[in-house]
Parts: sequence; structure tokens; C-alpha cells
Amino acid sequence: MVKTFGSFILFIQSMLVRKERFAVLWNRTIDECILIGTDSVFIVAIVSAFIGAVTCVQISYNLVSPLIPKSTIGYMVREMTILELAPTITSIVLAGKVGSSIAGGLGTMRITEQVAALEVMGINSASYLVLPRIVAAILMFPLLVILAMLLSILGGYLAGTLTGAISAAEYIEGIRSDFIPYNITFALIKSVVFAFLVSSISAFKGYFTEGGALEVGAASTGAVTNSIIAILLADFVLAAILL
Amino acid sequence: MIEIHNIQKSFDGNPVLRGINCTFETGKCNLLLGGSGTGKSVLLQCIVGLIKPDLGSITFDGTVFTNNKVDIRQEIRRKIGMLFQGSALFDSMTVYENTEFPLKMLTPEMTKEERRDRVEFCLKRVGLENAGNKMPSEISGGMKKRVGIARAIAPNCTYLFCDEPNSGLDPATSIKIDELIYEITHEYNITTVVITHDMNSVVEIGDHIIFLHKGEKLWDGNKDQILNAKVPELREFIFSSSLVRAAKRVDEESEGGLEALANEPLSEV
Repeated sequence: MVKTFGSFILFIQSMLVRKERFAVLWNRTIDECILIGTDSVFIVAIVSAFIGAVTCVQISYNLVSPLIPKSTIGYMVREMTILELAPTITSIVLAGKVGSSIAGGLGTMRITEQVAALEVMGINSASYLVLPRIVAAILMFPLLVILAMLLSILGGYLAGTLTGAISAAEYIEGIRSDFIPYNITFALIKSVVFAFLVSSISAFKGYFTEGGALEVGAASTGAVTNSIIAILLADFVLAAILL
Repeated sequence: MIEIHNIQKSFDGNPVLRGINCTFETGKCNLLLGGSGTGKSVLLQCIVGLIKPDLGSITFDGTVFTNNKVDIRQEIRRKIGMLFQGSALFDSMTVYENTEFPLKMLTPEMTKEERRDRVEFCLKRVGLENAGNKMPSEISGGMKKRVGIARAIAPNCTYLFCDEPNSGLDPATSIKIDELIYEITHEYNITTVVITHDMNSVVEIGDHIIFLHKGEKLWDGNKDQILNAKVPELREFIFSSSLVRAAKRVDEESEGGLEALANEPLSEV
């Protein structure tokens, strides 16, 4: 465990020494932004809209007391979405999609000697292959989380109004009441931390793959599992520190 | 010229290379010959810096590579072209982009037009001038090897390393790849090191041959000397080839047949 952590630190360090030219890294980062960001919009949109909808329906199911105003449903959807569901669930979904893609891609490059080919050319393969992926994830995760926040709240609105659980005016009143802007900042900090964890852990698992196709599959699975555990641990630590 | 001095390497206490000393001369096709598991690939990986040897030194044209400063090692690596066993082409790039890649990375001073001219020249040199737009998944094994060679020579490499360039290829394509490597070596006067256990390659392109057995260098010489070598392990290796066994039979039946065979170009055999 300690040895693995040490290797991980050295791996991160190796990306930052002997970096490739800025123009090369910039182009690679833009390519990765498309793969990590644009290509993930659909799955993030679907998941977040339905999470917002389900949250709204389930809260309205539990709030049966006439003493509690219906606008509380909108308030709770907003708080749950911004504080927890959008950053954490989105990051877990992305750990599955982006994390396995990063680990699988790098693992395949490793076993087919493409990483060795870069090294022989005198190119720092960690810097060329991994750094752009981490930077792209750090840039894209917050944007996807913002999108998830909006769509979750919209999903809650549609589910609440279409099922008759809450009126549009009550939902909007709930959404606007007692808003704490810091919660958005907190969610975005979480998304940046999760982005680093998902991309770096997945890259680490993929980059050091040895063997054949079976090991690439194992690296992808390990990347997703470890990323999700890291997300949940970091979620707790950040909540304890920043809230 | 590449000089190897007392290279030793062990994995988990098992010695794989036991003090290899040899010299790879400039302008020659240097062959590392030996059976599977004799340490050829490990030696090659030590030479190009993918594996660090436990002991010994490697010198490229007088500059020590092993344990030298990172900058100096990088400078040497930028003069190295390598053809991998599986070609190691980048899956996400076309044949053209694969060939252009080292130029983009290593020679930023080149203009786009200069790069295009160089890539077109290299692809034409390996006979793939019409395959630039194809993806690696769309071309045959032999074509992949050619692209690998084009990518290796694109940045005007001084040292060319080929790890079993004939593996997975039919005999006719193997001979073409061998001829291409041989021609390029002499045309550009580069130091070429080829790992092989293919006797066809030995007879075709072996300007200088080093025979490895159980991590030791047992013999070195050239293609004209190898068939008369007296080292038992080498003779066993050579005559395990059906082609050479058949030639030996011919030699026994008609005087001097084997020698004549060794001196003939393979395409006429």
C-alpha cells in the first residue's frame, strides 16, 4: 500500500519534470477535453436529470405534513443537488466512463509498446500522455458538474410539476429561498479534487499495466473501483474540512 | 558506433545478461542472434534505455549513455530510431501522422511544408507513398513494419534498432523488409542493430553477427563465417533450421553446395 502510494507520487512527479513543449501539451489537452468533456455530456445530462426528478418525487412522497410548506421540496432538491448529488454522482459516473477509458487507453498503449516507442524517441511519455488528460479532467469536471446542477434542478421541476406533487411557483420559490453561494464554490472545489483523483488514479493504473488484454481489462476495473473509493473518501474529508 | 562493455542484468536474482561485451559498427547491419529467452531483447532494451543494466556501460559514438545526465541521454535518444516487434504504431493516427510524429515532436524548427516533404520522402522510400491516409488497423503486418521503418528514419536517425522485424511475416515479405533495412543502413551510413532468430535474415543482411546463448556472447563474425563456426551451441541453432538442414543435405550430396548457397542472394534460393 505504502509502496503503491510512493510509486503514485513518483509517477505524478515524473509528469512535471522534462515537460514537452507548451504548444504540444495544449493541443493534446484540447483533444482530451473533447473526449472527457464533450463526449460525456449525454450521460451526465441523462443521469443528472433523472436524479433531480427522482429526488423531487421522493421528497414530496415523504413530506406529508401540512405544516411544512411545499416549497421545501424545491429547496431540498437544490441543496441535495448542489452539495452532494451533482458533484459526487457526476464524478462517480465519470469515473466509470472517463476512468476506464483512460486506464484502458494507456494500458493498451503500454502492452502494444506505444509507450516504449515514445520513450525511445526521447519523449517523456508520462508528460505527453498523462498530463493533458489530468489537466483536461480538471477543466471539464467542474463544467460538467455545473451542467449536472442545472439539469438536476430542471429534472426536479419537470417531475414535480408533471406529477402534480408541487406547483411551478412553489418549486421556484423553494429553489430561490435561503441560497448560500458558498455551496456552489464548495461543489466546484469538490469537482476539481475528484477530477484529479479520477484522472490520475486511472492513468496510474493504465500506465503501469503489464501483460496482455486480460491485464488491460483488470487495470480498467481497478481504475474505476479505486477512483470511486477515492471519491467517497475525499468527499467525506472535504465536507469535514470545508463545511 | 555503439560500444557495449560488460553489461549485466538480472531479474529477481536470475541473471539474463552475463557480462556482454561487443561493438556495433557504423554503416553495418549488426545482428543479435539467438534462441528465445537468451537475452537479446533485454540487451536491446538496455541499449535504448528502456531498462537500466545492473552493471556495465553503453557508449554511443564516444558518449556514455548509461548513468549519464538526463539531458545527454535524451540527446542520444533523439538520434535513435526503433522498429518494434509489433510495429508500435499509434492507433489513433494515420500512416502519414505516424511518420510525421517524431518530426513534430523532435524538430519544432521544421515548417509544415518541410515536414510534409520529409514524410512523403520517407513513405516513398519504404514504398508506401499511397498509404498515407490509412489507419494502422487498415494495413497489413508487412506494411506496418514499413511504416515503423519510415517513422524511425524520418528524423534522420543515427542509430536504427529493429526488434525481430520479420516476426509474423511471410518469407517473401520478410526478405523485402530485410532488404529495406539493409539498403537504408548502407544508404544513410547508420548503425543498425537487428534482433533476429531468422536464418534467412542472417544470410541476407548479417554484416556483423553476435550470437547470444543463455545471456552470454558465444560468437561474433559475419554472414560468410557463420556457417563454418565451430561453437556447438551456434551450430545447433543454425542447423535447427529446416532450410539450412536441407541445404546441408545438398552440401553432403554435392561438394560445396552449402557454401554456394550461403553466398547466393536469398531471392534466388
